[in-house]
Amino acid sequence: MPMQTSEQTLDEILTLAAAHFKVPREKLAPDEDFFKTLGIDSLQALDLLTRLENHFRIELPDYELQGVSDFRTLASRIQARL
Amino acid sequence: MKSWQGQSLSWDTKDGVIELALHRGPCNEIGSLTLSELENFANALHGLAASNHALIIHSTMKPGFCAGADLRELYQRSQEMAKGDAAKGVRDFLERIHKVMNTIDAAPLTTIAAVHGVTFGGGFELALVCDLIIADKMGRFCFPELRLGLIPGFGGIPRLKRDLGNGVVRDLLLTGRSFNATKAQAAGLVSQVVAEGEALKVARATAAQIGKFDRETAIAAKKFIKPIPYEELKQEIDIFCDLFMRPAVEQGLRKFVESTDAQPYLP
Repeated sequence: MPMQTSEQTLDEILTLAAAHFKVPREKLAPDEDFFKTLGIDSLQALDLLTRLENHFRIELPDYELQGVSDFRTLASRIQARL
Repeated sequence: MKSWQGQSLSWDTKDGVIELALHRGPCNEIGSLTLSELENFANALHGLAASNHALIIHSTMKPGFCAGADLRELYQRSQEMAKGDAAKGVRDFLERIHKVMNTIDAAPLTTIAAVHGVTFGGGFELALVCDLIIADKMGRFCFPELRLGLIPGFGGIPRLKRDLGNGVVRDLLLTGRSFNATKAQAAGLVSQVVAEGEALKVARATAAQIGKFDRETAIAAKKFIKPIPYEELKQEIDIFCDLFMRPAVEQGLRKFVESTDAQPYLP
Protein backbone atom coordinates (compact mmCIF):
# COMPACT_ATOMS: atom_id res chain seq x y z
CA MET A 1 0.00 0.00 0.00
CA PRO A 2 1.48 3.40 -0.94
CA MET A 3 2.32 5.66 1.97
CA GLN A 4 -0.20 8.38 2.49
CA THR A 5 0.74 12.02 2.01
CA SER A 6 0.99 14.65 4.75
CA GLU A 7 -2.11 16.33 3.36
CA GLN A 8 -4.08 13.08 3.61
CA THR A 9 -2.89 12.66 7.21
CA LEU A 10 -3.90 16.21 8.04
CA ASP A 11 -7.29 15.70 6.44
CA GLU A 12 -7.93 12.52 8.44
CA ILE A 13 -6.98 14.29 11.69
CA LEU A 14 -9.34 17.18 10.97
CA THR A 15 -12.17 14.81 10.06
CA LEU A 16 -11.64 12.68 13.18
CA ALA A 17 -11.43 15.70 15.50
CA ALA A 18 -14.51 17.32 13.95
CA ALA A 19 -16.56 14.15 14.30
CA HIS A 20 -15.53 13.34 17.86
CA PHE A 21 -15.74 16.83 19.32
CA LYS A 22 -18.82 17.67 17.26
CA VAL A 23 -17.38 20.72 15.52
CA PRO A 24 -18.24 21.41 11.86
CA ARG A 25 -15.35 20.16 9.73
CA GLU A 26 -15.21 23.43 7.76
CA LYS A 27 -14.56 25.38 10.97
CA LEU A 28 -11.26 23.59 11.58
CA ALA A 29 -8.23 25.15 9.94
CA PRO A 30 -4.83 23.38 9.82
CA ASP A 31 -2.89 26.19 11.47
CA GLU A 32 -5.34 27.12 14.21
CA ASP A 33 -4.93 26.34 17.90
CA PHE A 34 -6.93 23.12 18.35
CA PHE A 35 -7.34 23.67 22.08
CA LYS A 36 -9.31 26.80 21.22
CA THR A 37 -11.18 25.66 18.11
CA LEU A 38 -12.20 22.36 19.66
CA GLY A 39 -12.67 23.91 23.12
CA ILE A 40 -10.74 21.12 24.83
CA ASP A 41 -8.59 20.81 27.95
CA SER A 42 -5.55 18.63 28.60
CA LEU A 43 -7.64 15.55 29.51
CA GLN A 44 -9.58 15.83 26.26
CA ALA A 45 -6.30 16.34 24.39
CA LEU A 46 -5.19 12.96 25.76
CA ASP A 47 -8.44 11.49 24.50
CA LEU A 48 -7.66 12.92 21.06
CA LEU A 49 -4.13 11.51 21.21
CA THR A 50 -5.47 8.02 21.98
CA ARG A 51 -8.01 8.25 19.16
CA LEU A 52 -5.28 9.31 16.72
CA GLU A 53 -2.98 6.49 17.87
CA ASN A 54 -5.80 3.98 17.42
CA HIS A 55 -6.80 5.43 14.04
CA PHE A 56 -3.28 5.52 12.56
CA ARG A 57 -2.08 2.45 14.51
CA ILE A 58 0.99 4.27 15.80
CA GLU A 59 2.59 5.18 19.13
CA LEU A 60 2.98 8.88 19.74
CA PRO A 61 4.84 9.67 22.97
CA ASP A 62 3.34 12.56 24.90
CA TYR A 63 6.59 14.52 24.88
CA GLU A 64 6.47 14.77 21.08
CA LEU A 65 3.30 16.79 21.47
CA GLN A 66 4.58 19.21 24.08
CA GLY A 67 3.87 22.70 22.90
CA VAL A 68 2.03 21.41 19.83
CA SER A 69 -1.34 23.09 19.47
CA ASP A 70 -2.04 23.27 15.74
CA PHE A 71 -3.28 20.49 13.47
CA ARG A 72 -0.53 20.87 10.88
CA THR A 73 2.30 20.28 13.36
CA LEU A 74 0.34 17.43 14.90
CA ALA A 75 -0.01 15.92 11.41
CA SER A 76 3.74 16.18 10.82
CA ARG A 77 4.45 14.33 14.10
CA ILE A 78 2.05 11.58 13.08
CA GLN A 79 3.36 11.44 9.52
CA ALA A 80 6.86 10.79 10.88
CA ARG A 81 5.60 7.60 12.50
CA LEU A 82 3.52 6.14 9.67
CA MET B 1 -22.04 -3.19 54.98
CA LYS B 2 -23.20 -4.58 51.63
CA SER B 3 -23.34 -1.17 50.04
CA TRP B 4 -22.13 2.31 50.85
CA GLN B 5 -22.43 5.70 49.22
CA GLY B 6 -19.66 8.24 49.73
CA GLN B 7 -18.77 11.57 48.17
CA SER B 8 -15.88 10.27 46.09
CA LEU B 9 -16.68 6.56 45.84
CA SER B 10 -19.40 4.02 46.50
CA TRP B 11 -19.66 0.27 46.63
CA ASP B 12 -22.35 -2.31 46.13
CA THR B 13 -22.50 -6.09 45.96
CA LYS B 14 -24.41 -8.36 43.61
CA ASP B 15 -24.12 -12.06 42.76
CA GLY B 16 -20.93 -12.46 44.78
CA VAL B 17 -19.23 -9.46 43.17
CA ILE B 18 -18.31 -6.21 44.92
CA GLU B 19 -18.30 -3.17 42.64
CA LEU B 20 -16.32 -0.17 43.84
CA ALA B 21 -17.23 2.90 41.75
CA LEU B 22 -15.04 6.00 41.78
CA HIS B 23 -17.05 9.15 41.13
CA ARG B 24 -15.23 12.30 42.15
CA GLY B 25 -14.76 14.94 39.47
CA PRO B 26 -12.93 15.82 37.42
CA CYS B 27 -11.11 12.48 37.24
CA ASN B 28 -11.08 10.86 40.69
CA GLU B 29 -8.00 12.69 41.96
CA ILE B 30 -6.92 11.07 45.23
CA GLY B 31 -6.80 13.58 48.08
CA SER B 32 -7.66 13.34 51.76
CA LEU B 33 -11.39 12.77 51.17
CA THR B 34 -10.87 9.91 48.70
CA LEU B 35 -8.18 8.44 50.94
CA SER B 36 -10.54 8.47 53.90
CA GLU B 37 -13.28 6.78 51.86
CA LEU B 38 -10.83 4.23 50.47
CA GLU B 39 -9.92 3.43 54.07
CA ASN B 40 -13.61 2.86 54.81
CA PHE B 41 -13.71 0.48 51.89
CA ALA B 42 -10.54 -1.36 52.93
CA ASN B 43 -11.99 -1.82 56.43
CA ALA B 44 -15.26 -3.13 54.99
CA LEU B 45 -13.43 -5.41 52.58
CA HIS B 46 -12.44 -7.79 55.37
CA GLY B 47 -16.11 -8.57 55.98
CA LEU B 48 -17.18 -8.37 52.33
CA ALA B 49 -14.57 -10.90 51.22
CA ALA B 50 -16.28 -13.63 53.24
CA SER B 51 -19.41 -13.56 51.11
CA ASN B 52 -18.09 -12.46 47.70
CA HIS B 53 -15.65 -13.96 45.20
CA ALA B 54 -14.63 -10.92 43.13
CA LEU B 55 -14.11 -7.18 43.29
CA ILE B 56 -14.38 -4.81 40.34
CA ILE B 57 -13.01 -1.27 40.62
CA HIS B 58 -14.21 1.18 37.98
CA SER B 59 -14.90 4.85 37.39
CA THR B 60 -18.11 6.61 36.44
CA MET B 61 -16.22 9.75 35.42
CA LYS B 62 -15.96 10.45 31.68
CA PRO B 63 -12.26 11.44 31.46
CA GLY B 64 -11.06 8.16 32.89
CA PHE B 65 -10.36 5.76 35.71
CA CYS B 66 -8.29 8.04 37.92
CA ALA B 67 -5.83 10.89 37.26
CA GLY B 68 -3.76 10.10 40.38
CA ALA B 69 -2.96 12.12 43.47
CA ASP B 70 -4.71 15.43 44.02
CA LEU B 71 -1.68 17.62 43.35
CA ARG B 72 -3.54 20.83 44.11
CA GLU B 73 -4.45 19.63 47.59
CA LEU B 74 -0.95 18.23 48.11
CA TYR B 75 0.64 21.55 47.18
CA GLN B 76 -1.80 23.71 49.15
CA ARG B 77 -1.55 21.63 52.31
CA SER B 78 2.23 21.53 52.17
CA GLN B 79 2.27 25.34 51.80
CA GLU B 80 0.09 25.80 54.87
CA MET B 81 2.44 23.79 57.09
CA ALA B 82 5.92 24.25 58.51
CA LYS B 83 8.49 22.22 56.55
CA GLY B 84 8.80 19.50 59.19
CA ASP B 85 5.04 19.14 59.47
CA ALA B 86 4.67 18.97 55.68
CA ALA B 87 7.19 16.11 55.53
CA LYS B 88 5.36 14.28 58.29
CA GLY B 89 2.02 14.94 56.57
CA VAL B 90 3.23 13.47 53.26
CA ARG B 91 4.67 10.40 54.98
CA ASP B 92 1.45 9.89 56.93
CA PHE B 93 -0.63 10.15 53.73
CA LEU B 94 1.61 7.66 51.94
CA GLU B 95 1.56 5.17 54.80
CA ARG B 96 -2.23 5.33 54.91
CA ILE B 97 -2.68 4.87 51.15
CA HIS B 98 -0.13 2.02 51.13
CA LYS B 99 -2.17 0.28 53.82
CA VAL B 100 -5.29 0.55 51.64
CA MET B 101 -3.43 -0.63 48.53
CA ASN B 102 -1.87 -3.57 50.38
CA THR B 103 -5.29 -4.60 51.74
CA ILE B 104 -6.83 -4.65 48.24
CA ASP B 105 -3.73 -6.34 46.80
CA ALA B 106 -3.91 -9.17 49.35
CA ALA B 107 -7.72 -9.47 49.46
CA PRO B 108 -8.88 -13.10 49.34
CA LEU B 109 -10.95 -12.61 46.22
CA THR B 110 -10.18 -11.97 42.56
CA THR B 111 -9.83 -8.27 41.86
CA ILE B 112 -10.38 -6.58 38.50
CA ALA B 113 -9.70 -2.98 37.48
CA ALA B 114 -12.10 -2.03 34.67
CA VAL B 115 -10.46 1.05 33.22
CA HIS B 116 -11.06 3.65 30.53
CA GLY B 117 -9.35 6.91 29.67
CA VAL B 118 -6.85 8.52 32.00
CA THR B 119 -5.22 5.98 34.34
CA PHE B 120 -2.32 8.05 35.60
CA GLY B 121 -0.04 8.09 38.64
CA GLY B 122 -2.00 7.02 41.71
CA GLY B 123 -4.82 5.82 39.44
CA PHE B 124 -2.40 3.53 37.64
CA GLU B 125 -1.16 2.36 41.05
CA LEU B 126 -4.72 1.55 42.12
CA ALA B 127 -5.19 -0.51 38.94
CA LEU B 128 -1.88 -2.28 39.60
CA VAL B 129 -3.05 -3.66 42.96
CA CYS B 130 -5.75 -5.57 41.10
CA ASP B 131 -5.23 -9.12 39.83
CA LEU B 132 -6.49 -8.25 36.33
CA ILE B 133 -6.75 -5.04 34.33
CA ILE B 134 -9.44 -4.89 31.68
CA ALA B 135 -9.15 -1.72 29.61
CA ASP B 136 -11.34 -0.23 26.95
CA LYS B 137 -9.42 0.91 23.87
CA MET B 138 -9.38 4.50 25.12
CA GLY B 139 -7.45 3.52 28.26
CA ARG B 140 -4.18 5.37 28.81
CA PHE B 141 -1.53 4.53 31.42
CA CYS B 142 1.21 6.80 32.70
CA PHE B 143 3.56 7.57 35.56
CA PRO B 144 4.18 11.32 35.06
CA GLU B 145 5.82 11.78 38.48
CA LEU B 146 9.38 12.26 37.21
CA ARG B 147 8.15 15.25 35.24
CA LEU B 148 7.53 16.93 38.61
CA GLY B 149 10.73 15.73 40.26
CA LEU B 150 9.12 12.81 42.09
CA ILE B 151 8.69 9.07 41.81
CA PRO B 152 5.35 7.28 42.06
CA GLY B 153 4.47 7.10 45.75
CA PHE B 154 1.45 4.80 46.07
CA GLY B 155 3.37 1.56 45.40
CA GLY B 156 3.69 1.90 41.64
CA ILE B 157 7.30 0.91 41.00
CA PRO B 158 7.43 -2.29 43.10
CA ARG B 159 4.10 -3.46 41.68
CA LEU B 160 5.07 -2.61 38.10
CA LYS B 161 8.33 -4.54 38.63
CA ARG B 162 6.28 -7.47 39.93
CA ASP B 163 4.29 -7.63 36.70
CA LEU B 164 6.54 -6.38 33.89
CA GLY B 165 10.06 -6.62 32.53
CA ASN B 166 12.46 -4.01 33.85
CA GLY B 167 12.90 -2.40 30.40
CA VAL B 168 9.22 -1.54 30.19
CA VAL B 169 9.24 -0.24 33.77
CA ARG B 170 12.17 2.05 32.92
CA ASP B 171 10.40 3.27 29.77
CA LEU B 172 7.26 4.23 31.70
CA LEU B 173 9.11 5.68 34.65
CA LEU B 174 12.08 7.46 33.09
CA THR B 175 10.32 8.99 30.07
CA GLY B 176 7.04 9.81 31.86
CA ARG B 177 5.24 8.96 28.62
CA SER B 178 1.86 7.28 28.51
CA PHE B 179 0.90 3.94 26.97
CA ASN B 180 -2.41 3.36 25.26
CA ALA B 181 -4.35 0.19 26.08
CA THR B 182 -3.04 -1.74 23.07
CA LYS B 183 0.58 -0.96 24.00
CA ALA B 184 -0.15 -1.79 27.65
CA GLN B 185 -1.59 -5.14 26.62
CA ALA B 186 1.44 -5.89 24.43
CA ALA B 187 3.65 -5.10 27.45
CA GLY B 188 1.71 -7.61 29.57
CA LEU B 189 -0.02 -5.11 31.79
CA VAL B 190 -3.57 -5.36 30.50
CA SER B 191 -5.30 -8.71 30.22
CA GLN B 192 -8.10 -7.69 27.85
CA VAL B 193 -8.62 -4.68 25.57
CA VAL B 194 -12.29 -4.13 24.76
CA ALA B 195 -14.44 -1.68 22.80
CA GLU B 196 -14.95 1.83 24.10
CA GLY B 197 -17.31 1.85 27.09
CA GLU B 198 -17.35 -1.94 27.46
CA ALA B 199 -14.74 -2.51 30.20
CA LEU B 200 -17.20 -2.81 33.09
CA LYS B 201 -19.46 -5.20 31.18
CA VAL B 202 -16.52 -7.45 30.29
CA ALA B 203 -15.22 -7.25 33.87
CA ARG B 204 -18.63 -8.43 35.12
CA ALA B 205 -18.59 -11.37 32.69
CA THR B 206 -15.06 -12.24 33.83
CA ALA B 207 -16.11 -12.04 37.48
CA ALA B 208 -19.06 -14.34 36.77
CA GLN B 209 -16.71 -16.90 35.22
CA ILE B 210 -14.36 -16.70 38.21
CA GLY B 211 -17.33 -17.36 40.50
CA LYS B 212 -17.65 -20.89 39.08
CA PHE B 213 -14.29 -21.94 40.55
CA ASP B 214 -13.55 -23.44 43.94
CA ARG B 215 -12.97 -20.46 46.20
CA GLU B 216 -10.25 -21.99 48.35
CA THR B 217 -8.22 -22.93 45.27
CA ALA B 218 -8.58 -19.44 43.78
CA ILE B 219 -7.35 -17.89 47.03
CA ALA B 220 -4.39 -20.31 47.28
CA ALA B 221 -3.43 -19.67 43.63
CA LYS B 222 -3.51 -15.92 44.11
CA LYS B 223 -1.42 -16.09 47.27
CA PHE B 224 1.12 -18.29 45.47
CA ILE B 225 1.55 -16.19 42.31
CA LYS B 226 1.07 -12.64 43.58
CA PRO B 227 3.49 -11.88 46.40
CA ILE B 228 3.35 -8.37 47.85
CA PRO B 229 6.76 -6.61 47.72
CA TYR B 230 6.51 -5.13 51.24
CA GLU B 231 10.22 -4.23 51.60
CA GLU B 232 10.36 -2.32 48.31
CA LEU B 233 7.07 -0.61 49.10
CA LYS B 234 8.58 0.74 52.33
CA GLN B 235 11.70 1.88 50.45
CA GLU B 236 9.49 3.68 47.94
CA ILE B 237 7.91 5.77 50.72
CA ASP B 238 11.38 6.76 52.01
CA ILE B 239 12.63 7.77 48.56
CA PHE B 240 9.45 9.71 47.79
CA CYS B 241 9.65 11.63 51.09
CA ASP B 242 13.33 12.50 50.56
CA LEU B 243 12.61 13.79 47.05
CA PHE B 244 9.45 15.65 48.03
CA MET B 245 11.21 18.03 50.40
CA ARG B 246 13.47 19.50 47.71
CA PRO B 247 12.80 23.03 46.39
CA ALA B 248 12.66 21.69 42.81
CA VAL B 249 9.52 19.72 43.65
CA GLU B 250 7.87 22.70 45.32
CA GLN B 251 8.63 24.82 42.24
CA GLY B 252 7.32 22.17 39.84
CA LEU B 253 4.13 21.69 41.83
CA ARG B 254 3.59 25.45 42.07
CA LYS B 255 3.94 25.85 38.30
CA PHE B 256 1.56 22.95 37.73
CA VAL B 257 -1.06 24.19 40.22
CA GLU B 258 -0.90 27.82 39.12
CA SER B 259 -0.98 27.04 35.41
CA THR B 260 -4.13 28.20 33.67
CA ASP B 261 -3.10 26.89 30.23
CA ALA B 262 -5.07 24.18 28.48
CA GLN B 263 -1.88 22.15 28.78
CA PRO B 264 -0.80 22.46 32.47
CA TYR B 265 2.89 22.77 33.20
CA LEU B 266 4.73 19.46 32.88
CA PRO B 267 8.30 19.52 31.55
